[in-house]
Formats: sequence, structure tokens, C-alpha cells
Amino acid sequence: MDDFLVSLVSIAFHGAAYGMVLYVISVGLSVTMGLMGFANLAHGVFAMAGGYVMISAMSSLGLPYPVALLVAFIAIAVVSLVLEMLLYSRLYGAGELDQVLFTIGLIFISVALARLAYGTLQQPVMLPDYLRGQFSMLGRDFPAFRVFLIAVSAVIVAGLWFGVERTSWGAMLRAAVDNRGMAQSVGINTRRLFMVTFAAGSGLAGLGGALGAEIIAIQPIYPFANLAYFLIVVSVGGMGTLRGPFVAALLIGITDTACKYWLPEFGAFLIYATTVGILLWRPAGLFGRTN
Amino acid sequence: MGNLHAGGYSANAALRWQESLPWLVAIAAFFLLPEFLNLGARILIFILFALSLDLIVGYAGIVTLGHAAFFGLGAYTAGILSARAGINDPLIQLVASGVTAGLLGVVTGAIILRTRGLALMMLTLAIGSICLEVANKASSLTGGADGLAGITIAPVLGQFRFDLYGKTSYLYCLAILFVCWWFVRRLVYSPFGASLAGIRENNLRMHAIGAPVYLRMLAVYAISAALAGFAGALLTQTSQFVGLNVVSFELSGEMLVMLILGGVGRIYGAFAGPAVYMIAQDQLAKQFPEYWYLGIGSLLVIVVLFAKGGVLGLVDRMVSRIGKGRRS
Amino acid sequence: MTIALETRNLRKQFGALTVADGIDFRLERGARHALIGPNGAGKTTFINLLTGGLRSNSGGIFLNGEEVTRLSQRARIRRGLGRTFQINTLFRSLTALDNVALAVAERRGVAWNLIGRANRHADVVSESRDLLTSLGLAQDADTRVSDLAYGKQRLVEIAIALGMKPSVLLLDEPAAGVPTMESRRILEVLDSLPQDLAILIIEHDMDLVFRFARQITVLSRGALLAEGTPDEISADHRVREVYLGERDV
Repeated sequence: MDDFLVSLVSIAFHGAAYGMVLYVISVGLSVTMGLMGFANLAHGVFAMAGGYVMISAMSSLGLPYPVALLVAFIAIAVVSLVLEMLLYSRLYGAGELDQVLFTIGLIFISVALARLAYGTLQQPVMLPDYLRGQFSMLGRDFPAFRVFLIAVSAVIVAGLWFGVERTSWGAMLRAAVDNRGMAQSVGINTRRLFMVTFAAGSGLAGLGGALGAEIIAIQPIYPFANLAYFLIVVSVGGMGTLRGPFVAALLIGITDTACKYWLPEFGAFLIYATTVGILLWRPAGLFGRTN
Repeated sequence: MGNLHAGGYSANAALRWQESLPWLVAIAAFFLLPEFLNLGARILIFILFALSLDLIVGYAGIVTLGHAAFFGLGAYTAGILSARAGINDPLIQLVASGVTAGLLGVVTGAIILRTRGLALMMLTLAIGSICLEVANKASSLTGGADGLAGITIAPVLGQFRFDLYGKTSYLYCLAILFVCWWFVRRLVYSPFGASLAGIRENNLRMHAIGAPVYLRMLAVYAISAALAGFAGALLTQTSQFVGLNVVSFELSGEMLVMLILGGVGRIYGAFAGPAVYMIAQDQLAKQFPEYWYLGIGSLLVIVVLFAKGGVLGLVDRMVSRIGKGRRS
Repeated sequence: MTIALETRNLRKQFGALTVADGIDFRLERGARHALIGPNGAGKTTFINLLTGGLRSNSGGIFLNGEEVTRLSQRARIRRGLGRTFQINTLFRSLTALDNVALAVAERRGVAWNLIGRANRHADVVSESRDLLTSLGLAQDADTRVSDLAYGKQRLVEIAIALGMKPSVLLLDEPAAGVPTMESRRILEVLDSLPQDLAILIIEHDMDLVFRFARQITVLSRGALLAEGTPDEISADHRVREVYLGERDV
């Protein structure tokens, strides 16, 4: 029985860490899909690129881990801003199929570039010593890195929610998600709002990819291999909300970890089946608005 | 869409001379390029797969990320019939594959077609992932990650043995593709095809004229699934092996890419796309796999942004420009 | 006169908001009836209740004497209820002929034909062409509707509804957005429609309403305010108040 409890705690813990990372990666996708109605299948590219940037910043430039994380965020935000201005913005009004194919094209390009630059092998992450050991709390040992992940993600989530709920930028964002035409007519510059939001969301994906590099391996097939999970977080949670994907990401993180531990023969079957069930029950997601 | 094969009540459904070109090329290739017949058979199979996809993406306007589920089920049905049940007759396998894939189309279509837009796309992806998961875990039946080997295929009609050079494979695939093409072409020009165009163009109005929109979509989804199942069976029969990749998301995505590069919603885009893509892949991808995906990705971005209508769209525009040049 | 469409004490609420407040309404066979009222009076809601797009909370709807209150949108359409839309709801990249033929084919029950050639269904094609000709669109039959002038698109909007040979036709602002010159053309078309067809029109263009309608119903805040001939309605002080009141806001 005690064994069971131990594994339960461990699953909840690892699952929560995984879920937090999933959330940090996917939240930008939720907002861009809700705000711009853009099906960005290439969102995982930003996460992967964040991972590579962090690894290179540490190994080639010798930057310390926290700085490398920050560099990943900034680099991906800047790159995505350029992409948004040059390419994405042309397709905001386009049909789903065009958006899907365009972003699949971006995935192909990024997969090829990643292979050219880093080879096909998974990149090892050099964690600093202070994150490697165990961390004891309430008479139990927890892996320090997982504790770090959960703590940092929680700070990011809190900052994000504060930004969206309390700042004027957040107010504009909520207005635009609610009713774009109305937002424009009251003088909100939606073009600039889109650019900033897209860059911030992508930067967060980059940061999430870098943070989670130990959990979700950084390798060229990353954007393909994890696409389903990112999309599930967004569609199950509900597009255009912050809360929905958070709940969905935690649910998926914990369920997936539990399945791998207890029911390895089922694989990811349970997650997909649940997704199908939830989307049938609520096509707009758990917290999405149905209209 | 304003293309040659949009169907409808004002369209002329008579065959045009250009439509014989793919078949002439295919027959010429049989005699002129005997060393490439195995590749040729694969191309024909993927043309059939693309054709099935065109029916729902191009004509019915359903964007799916999970069409490989039907192709894969077809492939596994044929493989399992041979390797596990000893049923080796190719035509029986073919029919069985079409039926099982079509049934899966009915069941999953009944689920996904209740939704639209992003939710629909997500459901196709999730259902595709479930199929992959099942194929992976049910290894006693499917061989799992190692693939399904030990497949033997009896001669077609008891007469034509599958040979090493791919002669039988090629002609067999060509014959099946021809029959399916004939069916798809009739479908596109039929009243049913016209009503699909109506659903694609304006779902709300189709409801308002009393059309059973859901059932129509379900019907075309199941037909498309069955055609993809045929294609999957052909792949098993010509390669005598089934790997997990036949149900992968990558395959679904790659097929969409081939179709879009050829031109969507125009029947022959499904011919041009896979042919160009697979020949180029055969020549280039083995030496430079990275550059291959780089090139395809860039091409996709360019096609979406600048060259709507794919290869055939470009041909259309060139032809109309030459035509204008002559007239002036 | 027989009743083509009738509602009895029709009521619809969204939470605390009553958008249809016990409406008793009759549309006679061959009627030329207009439904007017200030913005937010519940005209479009009423139409949606009639077509089955919305379900009423209580009350009954009768189509040619048969109760259809619980029937689906599609079942009502098949019993002869046709409608047009305020915003063009066309098959934009298809030809005008195809737009109409889709409706004709549904009515004739040929749209499940998977193999036969659409253009060989001479009955569907010729009926559709005749219909377009009767609306003065003969030359435009083979043009994509997105390439047609806006006024002509409004006519195709009506033609699709006529393709279903309805016994009751609901016209939701047929002249919305059409310049005055062309709205005269729409009025001509409306005047030429079959005499036994019951027509209910919602329209903001009062000029068109008073020329076309023989009977007018005024709706205000989800309830019937007045009903009568155009002369009676234009003389009714309550109607003036409602409209003038709105103008003051």
C-alpha cells in the first residue's frame, strides 16, 4: 500500500512538471488560435528551436543555464516576430487548408534545418549542479530539477495571468479575442496587438521547449512528434482562454505519466480516446465558448 | 474554384483528350522504363490514395490530418488476411480492405462530421493517433514496431504471378487505379458531386434547401475511406510487408502535401502531385534527405503564398497566357 | 382564404429576455404580407422560429394546417417552407444555374445519384434555366455568382428559394444593400411571383414595403403592435410612435 502511495505521489509530481511544461509551450498557441483564428501546426517548431538555442548558448557561448533560458525566450520571440510580419500575417484571412499546409511546410523546413545543424540525435542537456540532486521536503526526496520546473512554470503562469487580467495590454487582448470587429472600432490597433501577442506566445513556447528539454527530448522530429499533444492541450482546454489549456495540460501531463507507469501497453491510447470524447461532448473544448 | 473538373449542372462531363495523357504516359512508362516499375507501382498507389483524399479535401472541403488511418487499415487488412489467415488472393484482400476501411470511415465519420473547423481537424488527428497506437500495441496481429512480414500474395485471377521486376504489380495497380478513377470522375460530375460542391461552398444554404448535409458528408467520407483502403491493400500486396508508417501522421501530412502540390479539387492534381513528388524524392532524397525536406517545405510555403492551385494551376495559367498571346 | 402559415401564442425567451411574446400571426395563401418593426423588435427571431432555426418555448406553428412546431428545419422545408437570407447566402464560386439547380435537385430527389451525369438531368437543368429566365437572369445562368452584380446576386438568392417550389416564402430583407435603381428590379420580380404563393417579407425600405404589401404586421419588443392594410398602418399613431421613438434615440 505504501508503495502505491509513493508511486502515486511520484506520478502526480512528475505529471505536474510535465503538464506545466506543456502549458508554457501551448498557451501561446491557444491565444493565437483564439485571437487570429490561425491553425498554427508549426507552433512546436518554436519550442524545439528554444531548446536548441538554450543548448547552443550553454555549450558554445558558455552562458549559465538561467541566462541561456532567457536567451531562448528572446531569440524565439524575435524570430517569430519576423516570421509573423513576413509570412503569417498574409494568411490570417486564408482558409484552414492553406494555413495547415503553410505550417506543415514550416515544419518540414525546420526539421531539415535542425538536422543539418545538429544531426538526428537527441541533444543532451547540461544542467547545472544545483539542479541535479534531490531536494527534500516533508521528509521526502524530490528531484530538484522537477521542483525547479514546477516553480519556474508557476511563476510564468502567474505573470501571464497577471499580464492578461490586470494590464491594459491584457484588456485589449481580451477585447480582441471577444470581438475583433468591436475592438477595432474602439480604436485598438489589432495589427500591433497580433504581432506582440504572437511574439510573446512563441517566445513562451521557446522558453517552454528549453525548460522541458529533459522531459521532451530536443531532436529534429520534435515538431511532428509532439504536435498532437500541443493541439490536444489547446482544443481540449478551449481556444482563446488561459485557464482551459492550463487544466488540460495538467490533466494530460498527469494522465500520460500515470499511463506510462501503470498501463504501458495502452500507450497514449487513453489520452487520444479521452480527447475524442471531450471534443464530442464539447466541440469548443472544456472552457471554450460555444456559439 | 473555376477549374476544369468542378462538376455541376452546367459542366460538360464529356471526356477531354487531355484526360488520356496520364494513361498514355503510364503505358509508355511500362514499356520504356522497365527498371522503374516497382517505383511506378508505388506512384500509382499513392495516386489512388491522393485521389481519395482529393474527394474529401478538394470536393467536400473536409480538412483531415488523419487520412492515413484508412490507408493503414487497408494495408493491415490485406497483410493480416495473408500472414494470419492464409487468405492470399489479391482481389479478395482488396475487397476486404476496401470494406473494412469504408466501415471505419462510416464509424469515425459519424463522429467527426458532427463538428467543424478546428475541432474536426483535431478529431481526425486524434483518431489517426488512436489507429497508430492500436497498430503499434496489437503486435500479435500487426507485428507492432517490427512490421508485419510473412505475407504471400497469390497470382492475380490465378494467372498473373507477382514478379521481381514489378511488371504484374504495375499493371495490377494501373488497372485498379483506372477503375477507381472512372468511379471518382463519375462521382464528381454527378448530382451527388454537385451537392458536395454546394456543401463546400455554403453549408448553411445547403441546410436551407433541405439537403441532408450530414449524410452526404458521411457518404463521401466513407467512399473516400474505402478508396484509401484499396490503396493501402495495393501497397501491402506489392511490397509484401506492412510497417507502422502506413498509419502515421507523417503519411497523412505528406499526402496532403502531394495533393496540394499537384492541385486540389481537380482530379488530376492527385495524379500530378504524387508522380512529381515521388520521382523527385527517388532521385534526390536518398542522397540529401535534409535538403529534400528543406526544398519541399519551402515549396509548400511558396505554393500556399504565391501559387494557388499547385502544378496544374500553373499549367492552367501558362496555357491561358499562351492562348491570349495567340489571339492578340 | 386558406391559411398557409399560422402561429398561435408563440413565445420565446432567452433567459429573462422575451424576444417573442405570445405572437398570434396568420399568413394567408397568396398573401403579400410585410413584417416591419424597429431594430431589435424580434423580426429575425420570428423568422428563425418559423423556419425551425430556433425552438419556441411555447405556442404552436402550423404550416398549411399541419402542426410543425416540433419538426426539424429540414422537415419544414420539405413541407413547403422556403426562405431567403438577409446577407447573401450563395454558392459563390458556382454558376447561377448550379445555385438554382442544387435546390431543384434536392426537391426532385435526384441529389443522391452518385454516378449519373448532372448535366444530363434535363429536367433539373431546364427547370433551373426557366426559373432564371423568369427572373431576367437568362444571360447570367453560366456566370459564377461571385462575378455577378450585387443586385443580381440578390435575385439569385430569391431564385434558390423558388427552386424548392415553396408554398410559403419568407424574404429576409431582399433589397438589403441594393441601390434604389436595382431595388425597383427586385420589386418587379417580387410582383411577378406566382399568385398562390404566400409571401412574408421583412424589409427596412418602407417605399418597397408599401408598394409590395397588401397586409402589414408591425412588431415591437417581440409582440404584435398593429396589423392592417398599408393605409391603416401608415395612419396608426402607435406605429408612428414606435418608429419616431427610435429615431429620437
